[in-house]
Amino acid sequence: MMQWLKDLMSPDLLPPLPGEGWGGGRGAGTGSHEVMKAAVPPPQPSPGRGGRNASVRAEPDETLAKQLALVIDLNVCVGCHACVTSCKQWNTSGSAGPLADAQPYGANPTGTFFNRVQTYEAGTFPATQTVHFPKSCLHCEDPPCVPVCPTGASYKRKEDGIVLVDYDKCIGCKYCAWACPYGARELDEERQVMTKCTLCVDRIYDEHLPKEDRKPACVKACPTGARLFGDVKDPDSEVSKAIRERGGYQLMPEWETSPANQYLPRHVTQQTAGQE
Amino acid sequence: MHPAFSILFFTTLAGAAQGLVVALALAVLFGLGLAPGFLALALGVAEVLLAAGLAASFMHLGRKSRAWRAVLMWRTSWMSREVIVLPAFIALVALWWLSLRFGAGAPWSWLLPVLVLCGAVALWYCTAMIYACLRFIEEWAHPLTIVNFTLIGLSSGLVLACAMAVLSGETRFVQLFGPWALAATLAAWAARGGALRRNAAIRHKSTLQSATGIRAEKLVQKSMGMSAGSFNTREFFHGATLAALRNMKLGFLLLAFVLPSLLLLWGVASGAAWPWLLAVLVQAPGLLAERWFFFAQAKHPQNLYYQVVS
Repeated sequence: MMQWLKDLMSPDLLPPLPGEGWGGGRGAGTGSHEVMKAAVPPPQPSPGRGGRNASVRAEPDETLAKQLALVIDLNVCVGCHACVTSCKQWNTSGSAGPLADAQPYGANPTGTFFNRVQTYEAGTFPATQTVHFPKSCLHCEDPPCVPVCPTGASYKRKEDGIVLVDYDKCIGCKYCAWACPYGARELDEERQVMTKCTLCVDRIYDEHLPKEDRKPACVKACPTGARLFGDVKDPDSEVSKAIRERGGYQLMPEWETSPANQYLPRHVTQQTAGQE
Repeated sequence: MHPAFSILFFTTLAGAAQGLVVALALAVLFGLGLAPGFLALALGVAEVLLAAGLAASFMHLGRKSRAWRAVLMWRTSWMSREVIVLPAFIALVALWWLSLRFGAGAPWSWLLPVLVLCGAVALWYCTAMIYACLRFIEEWAHPLTIVNFTLIGLSSGLVLACAMAVLSGETRFVQLFGPWALAATLAAWAARGGALRRNAAIRHKSTLQSATGIRAEKLVQKSMGMSAGSFNTREFFHGATLAALRNMKLGFLLLAFVLPSLLLLWGVASGAAWPWLLAVLVQAPGLLAERWFFFAQAKHPQNLYYQVVS
């Protein structure tokens, strides 16, 4: 409800393309004016809108040639939450407006995050292991959240398999969140639209960034290199090799959603725990 | 799942209106000779219920002004189909009411009741499929969900129709549809009981191990990654105690099925008016409690990831 008020009060924060859900993100190090003058604008996440860079919606059951994804190495994640904060920083600074962040210094802070780091204890004391477990949208190859959306706001991009929400078309019915077994989608309770990890789609194609920075914010922020990013359909990519060589696995395989993101299992090098 | 009152009211109000309209359409098609005043009044009540249900469904949306967009994805989304069928059904009932008012003749006098019947069935199917199509919410992903939405709607609609007929002196209607109201209520009780037994026996496919891929027999969450709640903890947990859940189940079985059945039996046997009226009053909170329990009992697999606030 308050979004229109915020827009009115800060007209200079409006996106360069009026009516677009979000265009190019304005993160640290990118001259925002340069971005606006860019000859090649960043890819628009809205399908069905004209323009050279409009995304194409993947049909159900369509096999895509390219599928961008994250591979998360549970061996080296130390649970520092740097990916969580850098994700929030990047995505709250985009032209869609800030992500909800209610009472950040109060007793019950709450808000929208696209990424969470959880902690699990495996095994029986004293042979226990602490496993830090980053969790975000898995960009399923057969995403159950997409066909249930009544408006078409939820879609999977044909060109790179990223699952996105068009914030301009979302009616905030929450049905897609019900249809996601992973709880990866979070309703932004201020804007009343569904939000989720975008794999930093407004960053990874930005030609104004140095090539090594064209990665999701969480990947760039991880101090231990626990997050790999790339095309899982390309057998020679870093992520495909990691999945192949180190036993990458998918979450909740029982629902046949075929998550694109995969996890590398913890390998015990010292005999401390009861697993493997 | 957290039961949303917007959906509780929408599904119970619309369900009763559908049952009521089905009863009226069948009465007309079987040539019962209802008084035009009664038929118009009953259709008017159905429209009021449907409009209230539609208003309640709007309350569920975060962005109400964009609601029209929800008709677009009818090829894949059951919710989109419901959003199309609901106004179509309301329009059909309104057309029927208008055709009666203007005394439209031959094809309309049987065509509109037939269309309205089809619309009611289609709306029950679409509404129930919204829940039944979510394969990993195992309490819902079963044909019994569709059976229950239909039978409970029929029961509440028939009870309401008989109560209004009693008040309007339509004794033939009550004599004919009274036993059917009882039969529908008993059938709804049996089917809902079947769903309760099935849900009690469910062994969920997802476990913390399959959710995280950590293959340890003993695996506990120490932190969900936040110090307070989030959308995920508010939307997918009902927050009620086990005792409250048990009481709600007992309450809805008693109010929606047991007591109405006894009252209907009394009404059918004695021909008195008050058991019918009492049955409507008793069943209404029972229907809401039933729908509340329908949502609260559903365990979403995402809850595996949100067990420890810290």
